[in-house]
Amino acid sequence: MNDGGLIAIFLQNLPVLVVVIPLLLAPVVAIITAPRLAWAISVAGVGGAFLAAILLQSITESIGRVTYHLGNWEPPWGIEFVVDSATSLTLVIMTGLAFFATLYARASLMSEIKHTDLGKCYAAWLLASGGLFGLVATGDAFNLFVFLEISALSSVILISMGAGADRRALSAGFNYLVIGAVGATFYVIGVGFVYAITGTLNIADLAARIADIGGGAALYAGFGFMIAGIMVKAAVFPVHIWLPAAYGYAPSAVSSLLAAIATKAALYVLARLLFTLFAGVPDITELAVTYVIVPLSLAGIFVGTVMAIYEKDIKLLLAHSSVAQIGYIALGFGLASSASVAASFVHIGNHALIKGGLFMAVGGFVAALGSRANLASFVGIGRRMPITATAFTVCGLSLAGLPLTAGFISKLYLVRAILAEGAYVITALVLLSSALSLIYLWKIIEVMWMQPAPAKAPNLAENPAIYVPLWIVALANIWFGVDASWLVAASRAAAAALLGGGL
Amino acid sequence: MKNNPVFRVAAKILFAPIILFGLYVQFHGDFGPGGGFQAGVIIAAAFILHGLVFGLDQGRRLVSARVNLWVMAIGVLIYGGVGVVSLFQGGLFLDYNALTGSVVSGQHIGIILVELGVGVTVTSVMLALFHAFAGFVEDHS
Repeated sequence: MNDGGLIAIFLQNLPVLVVVIPLLLAPVVAIITAPRLAWAISVAGVGGAFLAAILLQSITESIGRVTYHLGNWEPPWGIEFVVDSATSLTLVIMTGLAFFATLYARASLMSEIKHTDLGKCYAAWLLASGGLFGLVATGDAFNLFVFLEISALSSVILISMGAGADRRALSAGFNYLVIGAVGATFYVIGVGFVYAITGTLNIADLAARIADIGGGAALYAGFGFMIAGIMVKAAVFPVHIWLPAAYGYAPSAVSSLLAAIATKAALYVLARLLFTLFAGVPDITELAVTYVIVPLSLAGIFVGTVMAIYEKDIKLLLAHSSVAQIGYIALGFGLASSASVAASFVHIGNHALIKGGLFMAVGGFVAALGSRANLASFVGIGRRMPITATAFTVCGLSLAGLPLTAGFISKLYLVRAILAEGAYVITALVLLSSALSLIYLWKIIEVMWMQPAPAKAPNLAENPAIYVPLWIVALANIWFGVDASWLVAASRAAAAALLGGGL
Repeated sequence: MKNNPVFRVAAKILFAPIILFGLYVQFHGDFGPGGGFQAGVIIAAAFILHGLVFGLDQGRRLVSARVNLWVMAIGVLIYGGVGVVSLFQGGLFLDYNALTGSVVSGQHIGIILVELGVGVTVTSVMLALFHAFAGFVEDHS
């Protein structure tokens, strides 16, 4: 029955291969003791997923929507993977950033965790990546929960690996485990409610039946539990409390991976729930976005920004800023217009580039300094490590939204979308928060570049294995700031697919 | 418990029947109640009983951490391998019908291998959990 060899098999099974390649390479990597080989296999695994995601993106651009029936079981009985424009864009962003984070991981992990743990660390890395890709690709509400668990448990392992450098990683990992488990449990309770009233778990089928049912206490309870559970995973204020410590004390490469892809996947799921699964009950989803998601996002933006302003530890500072950036993305989804949802997708991509790059740069500093990166150790570091510091500055300016950087495009489209809704108060708040974010950023840049290095501070060696992937991401920040046409077009298609109600 | 003859004899007598019962549950699983998860836990229970009675050192000599890790990985690979083979046979992922080209034999072989993979991994994960928790005091004191 085999016709056409490996390439044909690859092309026919793209939706499942995005998930299966990393997941199945994880056990292989786990038993390998040579760190370099384990790393090479991980790069190949995530690279394979990246390639599959790019091909999926080009397919959805031409034909719109691809489905895949696992085990050849027809939906709604079997598990189905569904990839439309919104899915494929999210997958390209996630797999791409995961790929560069994996390329970067070898040198960074080598300097931050015990060498005997490296094989297991790469296994958890692949499981976390594959689980998060699955979260996005799946079209089955319960299968989504399984991927939620796979990615959460392996993320906890990855975060706890930071214990070699700082024991606080253990409590951070434990907090994420407990709070994440509460979120996942809420989600699955919600699935239980909607399953009880509809008798199906396939998301497209659920959406159709929920539209027929149209309301009722069980449906509202299910809606509330599912949305609340996913908000925990997406770290929307005020259920973001696991995030700062988790990103702050994890190994830098792990922070880079998780900041770039983990909350993005959960935010995508949040949008899927709001605009696809519960599209048939607009009264309750409109209530949720207007009175819950928009106010909480705005609160998150300010809380994250203010916390970042007062933070002295660089990784914790970036983690607090992530809370604020998640707020911008959730805000775009909350306004629920096609322009604002498109702006959210633009920011999902750009923030992945920004935070991925920033954490990579911090990893470079940590590897060279041999200690935690804080404002005190950053004094004059621009002169001591110019290559890494310049890349950090580029990503930082992108975070602040300076013109000609990716962050500017995000803010531009977000503000335009909010103005189109006539929400002037929200526009003012977004612009104000954006100005506030300059404060914490300038704090770092001033220490890095404008203060002289302490006397007799040695020049620090910079490792090409660290700064080459970092610079690729930093240059992408400039590229998408100058020519955002691809990302904007893809985001508009994603918003159209999402709001069109079709899955 | 190492010096109590009752425990030692009982553990020795029970060890093989527990595994046998586990295998029964394992291979019963493709057409009735049972399957890899339950069987894996039952088989692991035999090894855990051995470890409880004869001590952790003996348990770790019976199944070393290294071997256990390999078994854990191999179980997942058996499961995933079924999916990959079905891809190479021109079917969809985990499409048992594509395994041999015949619905009856394909479904049989597919489910037996998948349950076997589950059973192998569950056994070694249970054992790894036991060794990790039981060894915590010794390893970290």
